[in-house]
Amino acid sequence: MHDVSSKTNSAGTAPLLQALGITKLYGTFCANDHIDLDLYPAEIHALLGENGAGKSTLVKVMYGLIQPTEGELRWLGDKIVLAGPSEARALGIGMVFQHFSLFENLTVAENVALGLAPTESFKEISERLAEVARVYGLPLEPGREVWRLSVGERQRIEIVRALMQNPKLLILDEPTAVLTPQEADQLFIVLERLKSEGRAILYISHKLEEVKRLCDTATILRGGKKVATCNPREETAASLARMMVGANIGEVKAASGRSTTTPKLVIYKLSLEPDDPHGTRLVDISLEVRGGEIVGIAGVAGNGQDELFAALSGERLSPSDGAVVIEGEAAGLSGVTDRRRLGAAFVPEERLGHGTAPRMKLSENALLTGHAASGMVKRGFIDKPATLAAVDKTTKVFDVRKAKRDPEAVSLSGGNLQKFVVGREILREPRVLIVSQPTWGVDAGAAATIRQALIDLAARGAAVLVVSQDLDELAEIADRIAVMFHGKLSAPLEAAQATRETLGLLMGGADTGTPGGAEEATHAAGP
Amino acid sequence: MQLALERRAERSTFIAIASPLIAIALTIVTFAILFAILGKNPVEALYVYFIEPLTDSFTLQEIAVKATPLVMIAVGLALCYIGNIWNIGAEGQFIAGAVCGSWLAVRTNGTDAGAWVLPAMLVLGAIGGALYGLIPALCRVYFGASEILTSLMLVYVADLGMDYMVRGPWRDPAGLNFPTTAAFDPVASVPILFEGAGRLHAGSVVALIVVMLVTVLLGRTIMGFEIRLVGAAPKAARFSGFSTDNLVLFTFAVSGALAGLAGIIEVAGPIGHLDPGVSSGYGFTAIIVAFLGRLNPIGILIAGLFLALTFIGGEGAQISLKVPLDVTKVFQGILLFYVLACDSLIAYRIRILRPIRKASPANA
Repeated sequence: MHDVSSKTNSAGTAPLLQALGITKLYGTFCANDHIDLDLYPAEIHALLGENGAGKSTLVKVMYGLIQPTEGELRWLGDKIVLAGPSEARALGIGMVFQHFSLFENLTVAENVALGLAPTESFKEISERLAEVARVYGLPLEPGREVWRLSVGERQRIEIVRALMQNPKLLILDEPTAVLTPQEADQLFIVLERLKSEGRAILYISHKLEEVKRLCDTATILRGGKKVATCNPREETAASLARMMVGANIGEVKAASGRSTTTPKLVIYKLSLEPDDPHGTRLVDISLEVRGGEIVGIAGVAGNGQDELFAALSGERLSPSDGAVVIEGEAAGLSGVTDRRRLGAAFVPEERLGHGTAPRMKLSENALLTGHAASGMVKRGFIDKPATLAAVDKTTKVFDVRKAKRDPEAVSLSGGNLQKFVVGREILREPRVLIVSQPTWGVDAGAAATIRQALIDLAARGAAVLVVSQDLDELAEIADRIAVMFHGKLSAPLEAAQATRETLGLLMGGADTGTPGGAEEATHAAGP
Repeated sequence: MQLALERRAERSTFIAIASPLIAIALTIVTFAILFAILGKNPVEALYVYFIEPLTDSFTLQEIAVKATPLVMIAVGLALCYIGNIWNIGAEGQFIAGAVCGSWLAVRTNGTDAGAWVLPAMLVLGAIGGALYGLIPALCRVYFGASEILTSLMLVYVADLGMDYMVRGPWRDPAGLNFPTTAAFDPVASVPILFEGAGRLHAGSVVALIVVMLVTVLLGRTIMGFEIRLVGAAPKAARFSGFSTDNLVLFTFAVSGALAGLAGIIEVAGPIGHLDPGVSSGYGFTAIIVAFLGRLNPIGILIAGLFLALTFIGGEGAQISLKVPLDVTKVFQGILLFYVLACDSLIAYRIRILRPIRKASPANA
């Protein structure tokens, strides 16, 4: 057994929470394999790993959401059993999830009050909320409705809600995945401050630079096992990445001398009213994407990207047939199925619930987009072997890791599901591919696979449109980049001219000349 | 001490299968207590309800007769409910089908019309039910009206419409002013399967065929996939290219047609004429059957037979225990309540919150 009583860190402090030999089996699939982890007060501890490495499983165990098959947790040296998150919270463990659980039509204070034990009056909660927000420099207006807030502000609510329970340990699951660089900087200041107060922080991230900058210790998981615990400041991003993936990440190679052909996707003077009151109006959008090129659309979230995607996929129809032209055919008034039959394919931003039905098997999710044009349906009957064959092929070509042949979509880790969703479309050999946030919340290995697949598809002559908030990603793969702001699309810039400064100015609304535009954009940003 | 529902990290497959059985067990326990309070011997009461009907060929056939409309309606409702579409008005569609089919039986009554009458009545019944089901569906698609309310309210419209017909234009002149049509001719009646042995009729065979067809529809066809997808993930269904509006129309038409078919079979079969009491609430009981059968056609077949057993057992109990027929309704209500309550245990578990936690001394 482990000798834990004498264990201390360099500062001579005893660990706050220890995980000892945590093992979690799902059937024969080992999500966590004897993982040890020590979290000390006043320390920011990074948990690194590819998708499917077991990070989520481990933190769910530490937050009482799932019970480990083997192993134990110790809190200040005493063995504990967490039967549920409420016990974890009572102990002093707080967690901020990647996906927020907020009611859009309620105010900030109402949302916070809902998450707390009913021992305080609403007025007391509001006052304490304002106090916590002020002390930690997390500006929030308690009376504002959540739907008016940007993603960064929503995350602040979640953080403040966790802080109001005065946690000794705060777990953050990929907090910066949804933030702009400025919002991320603000978050780091808050985390440093929490650390200086003696709280322990467990920080889950894919962004290696961020971990190097912020964290004191890093534990790296791979394939359910702990690979190493190290000081990230003494490592390079490349050495951390090597530990995560177990090999050097293949550099994404741009196909040399990519030649463009005729326009395969044309958007012409597309204007569209939003279909829900919190949406963004699309204003006079025009763009051509030629065969063989990748065009990127940058912009702060909530500036009309979701609406544009819906208008291009056919989930919403355009006012006129000529507003969207696919392979020379006017398709603005055609539905999703007809557009797929014209040779288009779509990958939405949300993997679960939009791109896939979470509780359905992968074969059914292959059918979800494949029923239109992939021979999976014969005279109204489903060709089950054909759907399974599509799953097998995607699994093989895109290295999708899963516990069994045909699991439910929700059981896959984020990166593996994303590889499935992107692979499902690319293997249909579309001539037009429209993809939103292709590598959102995906680890470096999967991201490289996906980006390479997009480049290869363009090299085979397809037109690829990538909507992304990740400027590095766009710089890496796009030939031209346009920026969305307040429902308008800027003229595309050649990648060589699209410097961070130029794009940053456009993302703040520079060409529209709206005073205070950037700040407004942040407020308008939705999920 | 406080009770709380806590979301399970993984859905419990065990509870998903066991839930209807737990619900039935809890209902029987509650029922036994209820009988004890009424001053009856609970063991005897349960025997009369659940065992006695199974001991005799005549009552076994009665169970099948009773289950036939329940299963047909519930299978149609399951299609709606899987797609998160809430048709509560099967009772009205049942009546609409019964009335439309009966029109032909009344028109041809006493003439020498041939064997085509019954098939034509069944078709008319199905069409009548489908058209009546399409009213709330169209109201939802074009005006955004809640189908729950409109389909329910249309039940009463159908009921009063039928009442008018049997008291007015269609009343049997030789019927001593009773509100009923003349007895249907043999060519307008559903044939009995075993002549002289009981009331089991060809409609039960139709119900079995419906169960099989819907099983295939749900599991094997793209239409079934569409229904399941719209119910499971509406946004993904829209991305898939499926339209919820079309599905609302389709499921309401199909469930209405099945309810209408059940209605005309009931009228042209066991009852033999149209009168205001043809339904006795089949359209509502079928909602319980659909959920008890886990919205699965085979499950619904079993659940329909079980509920029919309670009806037949209830009739026996009226005679031998002298309890009112309403006790059967109470039983069915309790059963639905327990089914829904047990279902929440699939995704949630019950936890008792105590102010002091023994498991975590470090918290002090």
